[in-house]
Amino acid sequence: MIPTLPRPAWLRAATVLYVAAFLTFLFLPLAVVAVFAFNDAPYPAPPWHGFTLDWFLGNDAAGRVGLFRDDELLGSIWTSCVVAAWVTGLSVALGTANAFLMERARFPGKGALSMLMLIPLVIPGVILGISILAFASRLAELCGDLFGIEADFLRPGLPLVVLGQFSYIAAIATLTISARLKRFDRTLEDAALNLGASAPAVLWTITLPYLRPALIGSAAIAFLMSFENFNTTLMLVGGDSPLTIMMYGRMREGATPVLNAVSLFLMLASAAIALTLVRGGRRAES
Amino acid sequence: MPETAVTALWYRRLVLALLLAPALLWLFALIILPHLDLALLSFRERVAPRQYVVSLAQYRTFFGEPLYWHVFVRTALLSALATALTLLVAFPIAWIIAKLARGRMSALLFVVCLIPFWVSETVRTLGWMILLRESGVLPALLVHLGITRQPVELLYHDATILVGLVYTSLLFMVVPLVGSLESLDNALIEAAYDLGGKGWSILREIVIPHAAPGITAGCIVVFMLTLGNYLTPTLLGGKNSQWFTEQIYTQFITRFNWEQGAAFGFLLLALSTAMVWLGLKISGQRFSDVMRRA
Amino acid sequence: MAATGATPDLQVRSLSKRFATHLAVDALSFSVARGSFFSILGPSGCGKTTLLRMIAGFIQPDGGDIAIGGRDLAQVAPNRRPVNMVFQHLALFPMMSVAQNVAFGLARRGVGRAERLRRAEAMLERVGLAGAGGKRTDELSGGQRQRVAIARSLVLEPTLLLLDEPLGALDLKLREHMKVELKQLQSAFGTTFVYITHDQSEALVLSDHVGVMNHGRFEQLGTPQELYYSPATSFVADFVGANNRLAGKALSVAGSLVELDTSGGWVVRARGHGAIAAGAAVEAFIRPEAAMLGRTPAELPAGQTVHSGEVISVLFDGANSVVLLRESRSRLQLRIALPQTGAYSDLQVGAPICFSFDPERAICFPARAAHA
Repeated sequence: MIPTLPRPAWLRAATVLYVAAFLTFLFLPLAVVAVFAFNDAPYPAPPWHGFTLDWFLGNDAAGRVGLFRDDELLGSIWTSCVVAAWVTGLSVALGTANAFLMERARFPGKGALSMLMLIPLVIPGVILGISILAFASRLAELCGDLFGIEADFLRPGLPLVVLGQFSYIAAIATLTISARLKRFDRTLEDAALNLGASAPAVLWTITLPYLRPALIGSAAIAFLMSFENFNTTLMLVGGDSPLTIMMYGRMREGATPVLNAVSLFLMLASAAIALTLVRGGRRAES
Repeated sequence: MPETAVTALWYRRLVLALLLAPALLWLFALIILPHLDLALLSFRERVAPRQYVVSLAQYRTFFGEPLYWHVFVRTALLSALATALTLLVAFPIAWIIAKLARGRMSALLFVVCLIPFWVSETVRTLGWMILLRESGVLPALLVHLGITRQPVELLYHDATILVGLVYTSLLFMVVPLVGSLESLDNALIEAAYDLGGKGWSILREIVIPHAAPGITAGCIVVFMLTLGNYLTPTLLGGKNSQWFTEQIYTQFITRFNWEQGAAFGFLLLALSTAMVWLGLKISGQRFSDVMRRA
Repeated sequence: MAATGATPDLQVRSLSKRFATHLAVDALSFSVARGSFFSILGPSGCGKTTLLRMIAGFIQPDGGDIAIGGRDLAQVAPNRRPVNMVFQHLALFPMMSVAQNVAFGLARRGVGRAERLRRAEAMLERVGLAGAGGKRTDELSGGQRQRVAIARSLVLEPTLLLLDEPLGALDLKLREHMKVELKQLQSAFGTTFVYITHDQSEALVLSDHVGVMNHGRFEQLGTPQELYYSPATSFVADFVGANNRLAGKALSVAGSLVELDTSGGWVVRARGHGAIAAGAAVEAFIRPEAAMLGRTPAELPAGQTVHSGEVISVLFDGANSVVLLRESRSRLQLRIALPQTGAYSDLQVGAPICFSFDPERAICFPARAAHA
């Protein structure tokens, strides 16, 4: 069971086999996606036809539109980045404010509010999407009826996608940042005051630098979750599709290996973000 | 002094108001009011263009039309099954990470387990499609090995959906499990062994009770995410997926029948909430603790 | 106390603070002379931390006032007071290097970057940490961290340095070492130190003056010698230094000497302090080193009353060795210092032993009120 207790040989063998099988299960889907991004065939399927970079670089002339020539895909990546940037900024800002609210302020109804802040995490994404869609439409109608204003941003489209994703990613940022602020030793602030710092200087030189790892961490998580979000986005999306929606549409049609190419690109980007996060986390442990 | 005290009080109130405003705006404008509106929507019926009455018609349709509630029950059962399978698959690896592997090896294994989940669910599902479809990798392999004569279609089965769901959910089970198993003192296991415990009895009497909070947290989150999943069932299950979120999408987006879609949404939300509540009741835990753990 | 001529650095007048029903600081007044080392000694919960935090400005007093260098501080925010503090757990900023920690206060005053780094480095050198400026705070030892915390405050040249039990978190050996170091630092810089502690040995070793605090008030203000040899109250006698406490009833009062009967009918004499009438409840204190041991009454100084008992145990601790004995009539336990000669190294448990003491070196107080 544990290393200090005797384990029969079959159990050791089974453990190793299990880990191997588990890792295969984990990485096989990713591996095939990566491999078939380079297959010289119009469909991501065996057999292997030889190596090509067409699915990255190809242009119309070859009959194969590669990732870097596919304006539609590139546009959707850009759309996803813009949405994710908004969601990240809003979520980290609100998460920080909420952390100070929940850890520092005292007010009636605080317990209820802290419970309420967790609610977005247990609402299925699809339902978050439709509720915001319906509510925004009602507001838009109201605007039209009362003021005769055409409130386009309340119709399905990127602003609603940002709000929909933000509605639950903000809860995650709140949890992450609050957890770190809770561990903060407040005598550090007293010490800074005592050494002559003004209240804003204390915040800027002591408290925020202490929160930095949590801010970076929650920003990375927020960006990634926004980039990968599908359920909520599907309900709120308008004309411009973020990448996940675009890929979904193409996968249903039976797509070319250009999707593998864009997936590989995503894997590398995620790995880069994860790596900075792990590094940042390690430095923050000190 | 009273003067500074009054200024300080006003300053504190101002800060509180500035912090409270965005939080309340977020919760009311994006969570509470939209859901209240959704509830209202689900309780009305269109009798003529732009004319509505309060009615239970949407819910009556759900219970009256076998297709709808069949899909609902099926979604719930498959989600429960997927949750159980995820627990079975994740427990051994969590145990290995928390107890068997040491130091760097343990940390490495943990990070390796997390890597796939940094990649979008769309990408992971694409991988499974390439692996499982009739012209895909696994059917070709089966033919090559002489197990089947013709390539078989491995997509579009319930089992395929389950594989996809388990795969997608693993992270949310492994993380809380590792957390709760790591906090279990090895000396307890040694003591149980020393007192004559065998593998199975130690697992039942010591390990599972200790890991219960982690198991509950993992199960709640996995069930919830599975129930609300859309991508995996529709892509891996194809036309046969019959997942309830798909019904919601159809009503809302395809048929533009928002009243019906709202009612479906509320039923799904009710089921999800009920299961979360039940999980907490059974394990006797507090909601906030579980969410922080997950 | 010893506010000689010049304005004292710290003056506190009838300062009070109440938390709900608990009176933490009770109309306290005292002053601290420039350049001196002043300690506030008291058990936990006596109000000493509240007092210190009021001086630093973190807590608003309910009444009374605080003046530093003759300037009243009531309207001065904590970050504008000429007072710096060394915190109990030091509160070094973990996100900054050692030099940045020391330069922090200078930066807040708007001192230029090059200048403040130069001054931080010079200060580090003065506290014996030359070249450690680039290190992270968690790379330092406990004693070094201590010095950084002090350097960080002293670089601002405060009128007053407050120290909140800074040695509490250190292990015994380092604590002994840092005691010496603190005293040397204080005399080298000449800054006024106000030091709070619950450790009477720290207070005695370090201070020029000590205020013994209990229930929000000072029981006694004086030099360490005064506290030790002439405690003003039974609390001080009990709290400062080791002491044998004998509770009893006064039989007679003759001049300065009180004759008291301890619980078991054992009669001793001690110097009375305060108003004591025959028949009143009293408590007497005898320092372990004030009594003499003898195997026979003949070995004891002539003229002193001889008491007898039996050895319970011998607690060998080098220069601090004592014998624990039980007085024959009262069955009370007493601890008496063993002479350095080693003459009693062969004492056996259960052996009969005699002892005597000069009644002038024992002190007798009216019994304390029930809450004490």
